[in-house]
Amino acid sequence: MMLKSKEIVALNVIMCLCFIFVPRASAFEIKEVTSTTGINAWLVEDHKNPLITMQFVMKGGSSADPKNKGGLAYLVSGLLDEGAGDMDSKSFQTFLEKNSISLSFSTRMDTFSGTLTTLTETKEEAFKSLALALTVPRFDEDPITRVKSQILASLRASKENPNKIAGRLWWQLAFPNHAYGRSKKGSASSIKNITREDMRQFVKRTFTKDNITISVVGDITPEELSNVLDDVFSDLPESFLGEKIRDGVIKNQGQTVIIEREIPQSVVIFGGNGIKRGDPDWYAVSILFEILSGGFGSRLTEEIREKRGLTYGVSAYPLPLEKAGIIVGSVSTVNNRVAESIRLIKDIWQKFGDDGPTLEEMRNAKDYINGSFALRFTNSKSIAGVLNAVQRFDLGVDYLKSRSELINSVTLRELKRVAKRLFEANALTFAIVGQPKNVISTMRAPVIE
Amino acid sequence: MFSLKKNSTLIKGLSLVIVFLLPICIKSAMGEVFSPESFNLKNGLKVVVVEDHRAPVVTHMVWYKVGSADEPVGQSGIAHFLEHLMFKGTKRFKPGEASKIISKNGGNENAFTSFDYTAFYQTVAPDKLELVMDIEADRMQNLQLEEKDVIAERDVVLEERRTRTDNSDAALFREQIAAAMYLNYPYRIPIIGWADEIRALTKEMALKFYERWYSPNNAILIVAGAVDPGEVRRLATKYYGTIPAKNLISRNRVEEPPQIAARRLTMESKQVGQASWSRRYSAPSYRYGETKHAFALQVLNEIIGGGTTSRLYQSLVVDKSLAVAAGSWYRAESIGPSVFGFYASPQEGVSMERLEKGIDREIRQVLKDGVTKGEVRAAKTRLQRTAIFVKDSVTAPARIIGSALASGRSVHDIEDWPDKIAKVSKDDVIAAAEWVFRITRSVTATLLPTSVTQRKPKNL
Repeated sequence: MMLKSKEIVALNVIMCLCFIFVPRASAFEIKEVTSTTGINAWLVEDHKNPLITMQFVMKGGSSADPKNKGGLAYLVSGLLDEGAGDMDSKSFQTFLEKNSISLSFSTRMDTFSGTLTTLTETKEEAFKSLALALTVPRFDEDPITRVKSQILASLRASKENPNKIAGRLWWQLAFPNHAYGRSKKGSASSIKNITREDMRQFVKRTFTKDNITISVVGDITPEELSNVLDDVFSDLPESFLGEKIRDGVIKNQGQTVIIEREIPQSVVIFGGNGIKRGDPDWYAVSILFEILSGGFGSRLTEEIREKRGLTYGVSAYPLPLEKAGIIVGSVSTVNNRVAESIRLIKDIWQKFGDDGPTLEEMRNAKDYINGSFALRFTNSKSIAGVLNAVQRFDLGVDYLKSRSELINSVTLRELKRVAKRLFEANALTFAIVGQPKNVISTMRAPVIE
Repeated sequence: MFSLKKNSTLIKGLSLVIVFLLPICIKSAMGEVFSPESFNLKNGLKVVVVEDHRAPVVTHMVWYKVGSADEPVGQSGIAHFLEHLMFKGTKRFKPGEASKIISKNGGNENAFTSFDYTAFYQTVAPDKLELVMDIEADRMQNLQLEEKDVIAERDVVLEERRTRTDNSDAALFREQIAAAMYLNYPYRIPIIGWADEIRALTKEMALKFYERWYSPNNAILIVAGAVDPGEVRRLATKYYGTIPAKNLISRNRVEEPPQIAARRLTMESKQVGQASWSRRYSAPSYRYGETKHAFALQVLNEIIGGGTTSRLYQSLVVDKSLAVAAGSWYRAESIGPSVFGFYASPQEGVSMERLEKGIDREIRQVLKDGVTKGEVRAAKTRLQRTAIFVKDSVTAPARIIGSALASGRSVHDIEDWPDKIAKVSKDDVIAAAEWVFRITRSVTATLLPTSVTQRKPKNL
């Protein structure tokens, strides 16, 4: 089945006024914990398994990289576990591995995030290593050289990967003069420009108290967590000083661009304007995409895969970035039939915009969205992710409970209005890699960075 | 730290063809691991229940003890194709109708095929368990296929093959490596099948395969999550208990003959921008060959190439700067012969010869000087702790139990794993290394960018 569109979810609670989420059977509480120095975190206590997971997210992802230093945030994410405090790379890695601590950092366009998972028995070591990584990363010469060489190797490795080329092509077409058009890993030349001082500045400006949301799940009490929050985060600077990026506007709408490669199957990425997470139509959009692209029975999968066998996977979903609302989708079809897949996507898209969904489609989609909500709570990392998203998008204390109401209150009329607003086949931009038959480029392909 | 992952090409989508690369050996420090409850229905269906009441969710899985390695000669891909066709309707449900019902009830579903098993699963709220049991039990006995759906789905599988394999030279190369790795054992054939053979698959072949292998006495039902074992027993008896058992023909796997010659494969590709190197040694599994080494090999893997503090990574990537990535893998859970593999990717300017020498030096050092007690102790602790991490998920224990039982092992074997790992000694690790690291039983593979050797004439 296709990936369900990542819709944003939430839970909330205030210290002692715990919000309790009761999806059908079991229940769990979300507590808001505030440390003595004022650091906030949301906690779901669970003492059944001796494990603690902490996730933190900061604004300031790859889109905030300086233009000639693309890949900065990504490089930092690869270096934070390569030595901190008095431990060099090898001692730090050995310390983590010896204690079975999993500490990882990742970069997206708008955010920089980290996840710590530890056994209860090694929690002190785990929180210590996290504190060191966030506040006194070393950025030693050797690991910088090594990690840079690993990123350069991964750029070389993916340079001729058809899926990567198609993805890069689409983003470059949509955002030719905007940070969103650049690769988060940077380029061979931009990576070389990045200095140790750039990384230190990035950490100092981005890892700040006013720029972090924290969620914790597992074997830890609120009192204990409160102390941990002070130990780990209280030394961070107060205020965010990172780059601010401007709003992104999608360019090259309606264009089709082919990059020729000798492969049997054309890889197609398509997309256009969507909406941001804060838009009042967000819940309508969630329902619309469930109907259009929510796996089996959805319009795209039914027509393109099930009826005609044109692809293994076709999907489209809304991507609410901070500075641009976007819709992206993909399909892959054998070269001599891909024109049919593209035509079908356009036809389905336009008809959906013109007529909107049916009443039955709306009901089924609402049932799925509400009924499947609990399935997001099947492991600590996923729960921590939900807790974090709700904080970040400021969805409010009772979002978990009110979510199904927000979905249910959307009317068919609204769906039709929003469908008209959003689905316009002629505005879709298609990026294609392969040797598609009977498809022509409407403009020259940009040089892929 | 970044690690350039080697050949993991899992694509999320309906019908995963899953080849686990990670060791599926995940246990707690001593004592029970998952503490499952298990029982058999009268028709031979084995039922395993893993209670986990942390989230209001249930995973319901049916595993059939049949995989691509059980296919008739010339029909490669039929196991996976049938897995797809299982969504194409029964006497009761039209094609796709059951999927829509599950979705309307807030459930997710999927399926996957491997060499040794085929599995179907749904994740739902506990009060929907009965619904998905009803649907799954129905298609265990009442599959009904329309010709046009079969033809369209065969095209879907061909597109799946293009997406996973034909569009990627690295993936095509992996198929060539597997075919060289096994002289006779069916693991030499890709799970998804060879393209020409997929094209020739028919509805009749799929139904014949279904009739032969899909039955309660060739299946395992696993229910994990917020459930009561008594209730699972009641529902399983109601829905699965009425399905008649079949006369099963045993899984007739051929033997792998002695491997007496080192094999070497090289491929050049315009698609490859970064060279990569791998070596696979034929190795025992829990069920095949010198099985006594299976536990020690897991410890050995952890020591030599299991992570960033492993010997290979520290030596090749950190100390000598020969590689941007280096490591090893081993998987004990398979019915047939397994593989102990090494992989590496060179630093810019480092020749493949130098890289290979660097790895050979590490392998030789294990054979010559062995491993230390401290290394063994640390590796064992790390391995045993993984069970706690696995138990964090509702679905992971079900997958581990399913793959073990479908590969001919028992619940007791799974629960006993931590003790078996605990008993591995330094000498066991060295003996396992001596048994496995023999070049005559290996395939060494090099994937190069075309530009490196483009001046050489082709087709010599």
